[in-house]
Amino acid sequence: MKDKVLEILTEIQPDFDFKQNINFIEEGMLDSFDIVNLVTKLDEEFGISIDGMDIIPENFYSVDSIVNLLKKNDVE
Amino acid sequence: MDFQFKNKKISGILTILPKREVLFEDNISNYSFSHAKSMKLKLAMGYNKQRIAEDGVCSSDLAKFGLEYLINNNLLEKEEIDALIFVSQSPDQFLPPTSNILHGHLDLKQDTLCIDINQGCAGYIIGLQQAFMLLDQDAVKKVVLVVADVLSSKVSKRDRNSYPLIGDAASITIIENDENFSDIFCSIKMDGNGADVLQIPAGGFKMPSNEETAEMVEDDNGNYRSLNNLVMQGDKVFNFVQTEVPPMIKKILERSNTDKDEIDYYLFHQPNRFMLQKLADKIGVDRGKLPSNIVENFGNSSGVTIPTNISYNLGNNLEKNIYNVCLSGFGVGLTWGAIVMKLGRVKFNKIIEF
Repeated sequence: MKDKVLEILTEIQPDFDFKQNINFIEEGMLDSFDIVNLVTKLDEEFGISIDGMDIIPENFYSVDSIVNLLKKNDVE
Repeated sequence: MDFQFKNKKISGILTILPKREVLFEDNISNYSFSHAKSMKLKLAMGYNKQRIAEDGVCSSDLAKFGLEYLINNNLLEKEEIDALIFVSQSPDQFLPPTSNILHGHLDLKQDTLCIDINQGCAGYIIGLQQAFMLLDQDAVKKVVLVVADVLSSKVSKRDRNSYPLIGDAASITIIENDENFSDIFCSIKMDGNGADVLQIPAGGFKMPSNEETAEMVEDDNGNYRSLNNLVMQGDKVFNFVQTEVPPMIKKILERSNTDKDEIDYYLFHQPNRFMLQKLADKIGVDRGKLPSNIVENFGNSSGVTIPTNISYNLGNNLEKNIYNVCLSGFGVGLTWGAIVMKLGRVKFNKIIEF
């Protein structure tokens, strides 16, 4: 799952290295429209619908936080 | 606040769209984004075409055109209009009320009550609620609700947060009494703590427009706008809608004793496709029952998106059939509202171009 998340992140923002242990939002690697694209891709890829109330910056700080969001949506 | 109305119906809806069509691609070079990123945004948000009024066209021009169309085609008689409600965020002037301007233009009777209401994306719900309340008076037999906005001129073309979604439009809805129609359920809520989430800072009495307020300033995301422009905190609007609208819909369905699957159409305000699809999923209804195709075809015209949604998606089927519908609007204020009612057998439901 982590690899797939990394692949999607890189597809959305090819200029950044998402393997770094930094806050994607604070570092300006993802803005609100990137998050919209990311959620759309994650929904499609994993066959889920991430709850609108979960579309907040904290859930997109890192690969781990995105993975946790997917786990919350029963993605294994 | 919850409302319930008896023996009332919508008897006609006319949507008026400016002829000028602008494509999303036409403005990509104005935004500080790569072409590829803008195209991804287009797909996710449903940005495509916008209807933008020609320079100098006012809300009242669209409204006059529609009202004259109805009168000239014998779909509305001037003498029957007991109240004229005008809902807009883009009045012609600070004073007089635009409803009075329309009254004068059409030479309506002195016993026509004119009311202007400053409301945006929930404006259609507020306007209907006011119309239903007026119809409880013996003197009021027919209400004409005009919802119109030409806000595109107030949005910076270099603001990719707001410009790709803006649209101009007007609508005219006729509301009257009818004992054969079942109860109408309405809910409206406000939170003025979010008044700054969607605003035009300058141009009123608090901050009159001047050279200083016209200065274009870059924000953290590379958008350029001045204090004379509309500014929207998109993330806050999104979170407000996802937090407040689903529970309101759940409650109004319970109050009206309606199962969510008994609703034929959820006809909501349309800011962007992504937000609407998330709402449909959260409410637990098929995305096909909650159309999200207005912003991509015409843009977001604030309070006019709901009647545009009805006219575009139901068309003349609404002249023959009756549907269970749930209407909902949400936005500036913050204001959010919903109505559950039967809608159909109308005299007209169509779109015309100005």
